[in-house]
Amino acid sequence: MNEPTRSHRGPWLALIGPAALILAWGALASLHLFPPSLFPHPLDVARGLVAEVRSGRLLDDVIASLFRVMVGFLLAVGLGVPAGLLLGRSLAARQAFLPIVNFFRSLSPLAWIPFAILWLGIGDPPAIFLIFMAAVFPMILSTCAAVANIPSVYFRVARDLGIEGTELLREVTLPAIAPQVITALRVTAGLSWLVVVAAEMIAGRDGLGFAVWDARNGLRIDLLAASMVVIGLIGVGLDRLLVRLSRIPSVRWGYER
Amino acid sequence: MSADTGEVLLRLAGARVSYGPVGVLDGLELEVRRGEFVALVGPSGCGKTTLLNLASGWLRPQAGTVETRGRVRMVFQQDGLFPWRTVAENVLLGLRHVAPGPERTRRAAALLELVSLSSFAGHYPHQLSGGMRQRVELVRALAGDTDLLLMDEPFSSLDYLTRLRMRAELARLLREQPRTVVLVTHDIEEAAQLADRVLVLSDRPAHIRDEVRLAVPRPRQATDPAVVGAVHRILTELGLEGEARETAADA
Repeated sequence: MNEPTRSHRGPWLALIGPAALILAWGALASLHLFPPSLFPHPLDVARGLVAEVRSGRLLDDVIASLFRVMVGFLLAVGLGVPAGLLLGRSLAARQAFLPIVNFFRSLSPLAWIPFAILWLGIGDPPAIFLIFMAAVFPMILSTCAAVANIPSVYFRVARDLGIEGTELLREVTLPAIAPQVITALRVTAGLSWLVVVAAEMIAGRDGLGFAVWDARNGLRIDLLAASMVVIGLIGVGLDRLLVRLSRIPSVRWGYER
Repeated sequence: MSADTGEVLLRLAGARVSYGPVGVLDGLELEVRRGEFVALVGPSGCGKTTLLNLASGWLRPQAGTVETRGRVRMVFQQDGLFPWRTVAENVLLGLRHVAPGPERTRRAAALLELVSLSSFAGHYPHQLSGGMRQRVELVRALAGDTDLLLMDEPFSSLDYLTRLRMRAELARLLREQPRTVVLVTHDIEEAAQLADRVLVLSDRPAHIRDEVRLAVPRPRQATDPAVVGAVHRILTELGLEGEARETAADA
């Protein structure tokens, strides 16, 4: 209910931070405290960005990265949520499998890069594999914790009302964990976006991570910074997109009490 | 609604439940007939809630039998409304056995009208106050011709004035839609005001120490002499009234 009363100046206020940052960056670059070959000027970066957009290379890289993130992330969600549901329902299953899940969750997905290349070569498959490895374990753990913490009163009410079987899953279990799963989706999508850059830097021939690496190798620090700006902006955009899920009326309760 | 002639809706015979070495119920006998309102009071942890869990079928006795007839529903002390469903959708869940259609919608609307919450039909539970939520919960349990209502301290989380209002509300609802009720409560006044019979339970393992019958027809005022007399008798039985008087005299 209590929608925060945003002032109409809100959107303009949100520009103050970035504007100040860019101005400070420009001022610092203009002072030439660092060699221009190591510290790009924002105007050069903007020019580089425009050139990359015009050549179509940037769009190709964005599409390549987003595709990998989408496939790896969806695989992780598709496997992680059902696995979490199973683990969350059974104490025995948790005792048997949670140590493994925790082990892989604690293992940096970047440590898989050598194996990913050895097994899958270069291109989409290793990147998708790495994103999957980064996202699936947190997804399992969050779902499992959410299921295990559903208040038993909901199941008792369901029993009184004669809700059972797959209907119980649809009417009680899934809606009861939805707010926590949505939060987990945001976290793991962010994680996937971090990992795709690293994966493409080492095991890619295109994508934004490769663009970063390629710009560095070509000593084009303007393009290097431009790629970084794009990566950050898309990451924020992804989160903005997913945060909309938490505005669905039937999950609001999970964030408001 | 004569208490001794109606059909038996709930019967516990020699029911025994223990958690490890702790005996909670040891051969308890209880019969509740159609139309009766029975309240159970007693010390904390004496097994009142266990008794309701037996009656609802959530728990099985280790010995003895528990029989119920008809549709049984429990009203919980914590929030039992599904927070992901609106008020109207929650009430509709209570009418699940009624075929979907205009009849079901009409009955859900009538139930909300009954507790004056029609204008909140589209709200979610977290947007309501505790008292309003408890009213929705009550009509959801009443919905669809429930025979036996089991209430586990349904008003204990509400403030005193809201609790008094909820008592009146429950008495009124039961006059319009008579049901058989077993109410577990810590609130002795609540028990005496609402019930036909108040069963005073002992410490663990629980047995019935006293049965207080209230002859005055429901609904009653909290200050009705019969209610006040019953409260006095129950408090004395629990060993609380005498002490309180001495303390007052000492002060």
